[in-house]
Amino acid sequence: MIKFENVTKIYPGMSSPAVDNLSFTVPSGEICILVGPSGCGKTTAMKMVNRLIDATEGAIFVLDEQGDMSNVLEMDPIQLRRSIGYIIQQIGLFPHRTILENIGTVPQLLDWDEARIRNRAKELVSMMNMPIDFLERYPHELSGGQRQRIGVARGMAADPLVMLMDEPFGAIDPINRNILQNEFLRLQQEIKKTILFVTHDIDEAIKMGDKICILNTGGLLEQFDSPANILAHPANKFVENFVGADRALKRLNLARVEEVMNSNPPLLQATQDVEQAVGFMVEQEIRFAYVVGADNMLKGYVRRRDLKGKTGWVDEFLEPAATTILLGTSLKDALSEMLVVDYANVCVVDGQNRVYGLIDTNMIHKAVIQSTAASEVEEE
Amino acid sequence: MKEDNSFWQRLKRLTVSDVLNWIVIPILMIIVVILVYNQLLLTIEPGSMEANMLGSYEIGFKRVTDAVAEHTRLILVSTMLAIAVAVPAGILITRQGFRDFSGLILGVANIGQSVPSIAILAVFMGIFGIGFKTAIFALWLYALLPIVRNTATGIEEVDPNIIEAATGMGMTNRQILLQIELPLSFPVMFAGIRTAAVINVGTAALGAFIGAGGLGTFIITGIPLMRDRLILVGAILIAVMAILVDWILEKVQDRLIVPTATA
Repeated sequence: MIKFENVTKIYPGMSSPAVDNLSFTVPSGEICILVGPSGCGKTTAMKMVNRLIDATEGAIFVLDEQGDMSNVLEMDPIQLRRSIGYIIQQIGLFPHRTILENIGTVPQLLDWDEARIRNRAKELVSMMNMPIDFLERYPHELSGGQRQRIGVARGMAADPLVMLMDEPFGAIDPINRNILQNEFLRLQQEIKKTILFVTHDIDEAIKMGDKICILNTGGLLEQFDSPANILAHPANKFVENFVGADRALKRLNLARVEEVMNSNPPLLQATQDVEQAVGFMVEQEIRFAYVVGADNMLKGYVRRRDLKGKTGWVDEFLEPAATTILLGTSLKDALSEMLVVDYANVCVVDGQNRVYGLIDTNMIHKAVIQSTAASEVEEE
Repeated sequence: MKEDNSFWQRLKRLTVSDVLNWIVIPILMIIVVILVYNQLLLTIEPGSMEANMLGSYEIGFKRVTDAVAEHTRLILVSTMLAIAVAVPAGILITRQGFRDFSGLILGVANIGQSVPSIAILAVFMGIFGIGFKTAIFALWLYALLPIVRNTATGIEEVDPNIIEAATGMGMTNRQILLQIELPLSFPVMFAGIRTAAVINVGTAALGAFIGAGGLGTFIITGIPLMRDRLILVGAILIAVMAILVDWILEKVQDRLIVPTATA
């Protein structure tokens, strides 16, 4: 847990504050995104947590190992920083040290023994999907994406409860950024850190955040809420502009296909005979149906008019499915896929092509309307 | 993809320029020294003015080897003392609180550097008298600036993001200095030491003016007496020494370079 209580920062010689009377709480195990235009004090706010910058007024509390909330301003900054993971956009790996030594920075400061540091580094490197022999390499031998993974691993090395991430994926190309974001979200499911994450990219904020804290120039808090609520109900004109005119579309990023799909869809078995299949399709009022084989494996689809008056087995009339959607895909990506192939509905499958459900554009539409309604109820 | 660093593998990777780099300069210098010995020293007639100064085949060339030793001592002592003072000074002016003065300090040192070395020697001779110690002091003073400047520059050139990461992870200022800033600035710092040492080889020749000995003695004796042989022996050996010092320190420097990121 991280708690900001009426925190104000005025830099020496400045008349207006960089952060103005900021209060919010990040619950344990959640990612809170600080987002806003440049000059909104988001980085300043973050750096006050590990006291790279000291607050002028107010207090910041961090949950410590003993389960107490302690005011960071009353702690020794060196000890405080060693207990908080710190990851920055420029990574700042030490070029003269191996990956092992880089990851081991904080553990070494905490006097862990060598074997323990090595084991922890191995664990982290494999968590980051990188080969163990990377440990002996130097940072300049790695690509940008690999370096950033090491940066994240280094931040997590001493298993801190709280992590600060300053635009950690900002300097990486869009494709790799997307991969790293997904990897990190998956990782966060396991490690459940309390994370304060700074970005200027509202899309990243919506994707990564459990909570979003939108700041305006001069460090004013405009809205602190979940991504869904911010998109459904921007608090004011500023937030509305900041999240963009396409905020309805952005909400599609928040839901996954498995949340809205029909998980009990009308399917045909490859071994069914044609007459029976036609009867089934008439009964279900569908013009075509997907066909699965053993173990629910997708084989293709058949059209009702192709089957009419024919005899034999369903799998003699199969057409290959032009596309499928993987479990875990966001509604936005799913919709985009469906618009491309012009299918009314598409199978949702896992990595082995096993069918888990069907999704169509109506379901997506309905989901958006429902989420708006739901958050309205919540608000009342 | 691990590099195989066994001797034979390294030998195979050697390029032509590596070989030239390692061999050409020492061989050239050996040839020059042999030429000096054969053409300038062995032909000295016993009992001549040159034999008095340099020695001859019959009485040996102890004067020459002594002068080389004196010269080496002048450079070694003055450079070591300069390192001992300049490196801490260079570090100091990058510390918070002193940073504002670093421009001032380097400015003053720069002015000192632009005063001709002969003038510095003359001034300190007036203060400390003649001899080895005065020469050492002047050489020391002269070697300070390149080392101070390069130490400070090296530290200031360390990527601020690296320092921020180190601070953010809870390193103390001292740990940052010893574990991050110094190792990363070392190549630049060492380049300053190399510059200072090479300059000192030449400047030490002037030490002869104030009776500090060294190879310069032959030159300043040879000039008024118009003895080309004396001048040449002194001048060529000083040049050889300067080239060798530079070459040796270059090789040391290559060894010491840490793997640095290009990104």
